[in-house]
Amino acid sequence: MSILIDKNTKVLTQGMTGKTGTFHTEQGIAYGTQFVGGITPGKGGQKWTGKLPNGETVERPLFNTVAEAKAATGANATVIYVPPSGCAAAILEAIDAEIPLIVTITEGVPVLDMVKVKDRLSKSKSRLIGPNCPGVLTPGECKIGIMPGNIFSKGSVGVLSRSGTLTYEAVFQTTNEGLGQTTAVGIGGDPVKGTDFIDVLEMFLADDATKSIIMIGEIGGSGEEDAAQFLKDEAKRGRKKPMVGFIAGRTAPKGRTMGHAGAIVSGGKGDAESKIEAMQSAGIVVSDSPARLGVTLSQVLKG
Amino acid sequence: MNIHEHQAKEVLKSFGAPVAKGVAITSLDQAEAAINALPGPLWVVKSQIHAGGRGKGKFIEKEAGEKGGVRLGFSKEQALEHVKAMFGRHLVTAQTSAAGKQVNRIYVEDGADIEKELYLSMLVDRETGRVAFVVSTEGGMDIEAVAHDTPEKILTISIDPATGVTAADAGKLSDALKLDGAAKADMNTLAPILYKAFTSKDMSMLEVNPLIVMKDGHLRVLDAKVSFDDNALAIKGRHDDILALRDTTEEDEKEIAAKEWDLAYVPLDGTIGCMVNGAGLAMATMDIIKLYGEEPANFCDVGGGAGKEKVAAAFKIIMQDPKVKGILVNIFGGIMKCDIIAEGVLAAVKETNLSVPLVVRLEGTNAEMGKKIIRESGLNVIPANDLDDAAQKIVAAIKGK
Repeated sequence: MSILIDKNTKVLTQGMTGKTGTFHTEQGIAYGTQFVGGITPGKGGQKWTGKLPNGETVERPLFNTVAEAKAATGANATVIYVPPSGCAAAILEAIDAEIPLIVTITEGVPVLDMVKVKDRLSKSKSRLIGPNCPGVLTPGECKIGIMPGNIFSKGSVGVLSRSGTLTYEAVFQTTNEGLGQTTAVGIGGDPVKGTDFIDVLEMFLADDATKSIIMIGEIGGSGEEDAAQFLKDEAKRGRKKPMVGFIAGRTAPKGRTMGHAGAIVSGGKGDAESKIEAMQSAGIVVSDSPARLGVTLSQVLKG
Repeated sequence: MNIHEHQAKEVLKSFGAPVAKGVAITSLDQAEAAINALPGPLWVVKSQIHAGGRGKGKFIEKEAGEKGGVRLGFSKEQALEHVKAMFGRHLVTAQTSAAGKQVNRIYVEDGADIEKELYLSMLVDRETGRVAFVVSTEGGMDIEAVAHDTPEKILTISIDPATGVTAADAGKLSDALKLDGAAKADMNTLAPILYKAFTSKDMSMLEVNPLIVMKDGHLRVLDAKVSFDDNALAIKGRHDDILALRDTTEEDEKEIAAKEWDLAYVPLDGTIGCMVNGAGLAMATMDIIKLYGEEPANFCDVGGGAGKEKVAAAFKIIMQDPKVKGILVNIFGGIMKCDIIAEGVLAAVKETNLSVPLVVRLEGTNAEMGKKIIRESGLNVIPANDLDDAAQKIVAAIKGK
């Protein structure tokens, strides 16, 4: 089993004919993902042509709108590479078309655009992952987004993270430890986003194939603290899985945004120490070093 | 992006917020005309720098006198003296470095009869995903201290984006600030004005500290600090008017260069320069340097899709910092290909005549190719296997072990 996506997931690409959309759709198809079509307004009825790493040429139908694409293909997920200026509109269109899973990779979406999106999302049936995230990947089945597929292996660890490259670290290390992953989810580094830690933790706790979890947070906000409280409450109900964690930004100065729009310690909130404390109090083994996530998890699992 | 107080007030005024009359000057010969343009009897002379705590700040130069960066002139002559004392001098506040910031512009403002000082700010509340007002009756103070000592005196009211500020929201703000009479009526119009300014200009923070109740019972925005969402400003044509307010003299030269290359760069106080892809990994790299006993000289995220030129540019910006005694390059290539990174690093090493130790860790897409390019370059580059190894090697190298 896995969460969010599997071999039956049918994916659309919004912004498919752009450079980034094309490249990552090619990579996704090469990985074995069912990409069923794309949306580029004005190009409906035409074909998108891609070239896979093995030299094979692939074609997919293009549509003017998400609703048309969904009706024609039966897609149940969409990935968005639309530039920041039109990104919120693209997400809203996917929400209106009632696409169940919307994964937004775009970095640089204005936060007030996301405030509007979040409001509409709360009144909809869709789940949004991102924006400013690396996507979701279930090894051997489905790759949505920009994660490098070659570092994954099928296994038992659920990986979730606010950071893209740190997700890769956790994936790579659990592969090297022979543990493998059920699904990796990058929730993204923006302050207002579709899905937070708790939502994904709930799914990992409910997934029988996921035997342990690596959770990677960073400074800013209170998503990690809220997640820790959630885990404590669930543990009292008897739902608990071994977990290793990491928080990036221990040395970050106050009041400065560290790359990710959401990574900022402000108003005395969101610093690394309080997050680490909260996670430890929920039974998560927090590693000092991002290079030892896999090893630490192996040790935890051996008891 | 931050702007000056006088610019922030101009923006708020354009939406209809009540601010005092004032004139900004950028050279001393404008001072007299600015002072004469205001009626008196009180002139408030305010240093304009992109840092808070100006009133309680102190100038480095003796000639500037003992007082802070905001001074009261009870006559035109006294106001002029204040301008002359502060202009061009360096003001140190709780939010600047020890070297302070040079005062290159001064705002001369009409004084107000203050009855009560309040606190009001706006931000995007991450927990609710909504714009929120944060208010307190404890105006004019350091709000973080208030939050720490008396959190019950701070109230947060988040606004439903579907409705905007409602009459009920404005009422809650007035209640929280204990307003009545004219001030309460003012809040009914001020709150929607500020919300409109905040949302239509893509502000990330708006702080009015203090918001005052004047002796005549009306509200006035006495100080204003505004930051804008850089993501929104980066969208072409969305806020050209705001971009025109940018004052690059307030920014670090390295940060300006980094912005041109679309690099996320933050200068820090340590000695090890870092170049990393991804914000999380970049922070983690800083953390691990600290874990092994040294301090990072910067945060630098070159992003996911950097090419050779961008990598070289990042390298040069890092090298501009005289504190840098060693460099750690840490790349986990997903979209980024390690061989391209390697070429960019080598190009920059040659061009800058690199004289400090350099440790390079490459992992992910084309890592082997990248490592080979570095190995065979004949340059003095220390390869590392993983992040732990890389951090230990750079720390050892700058300690000369």
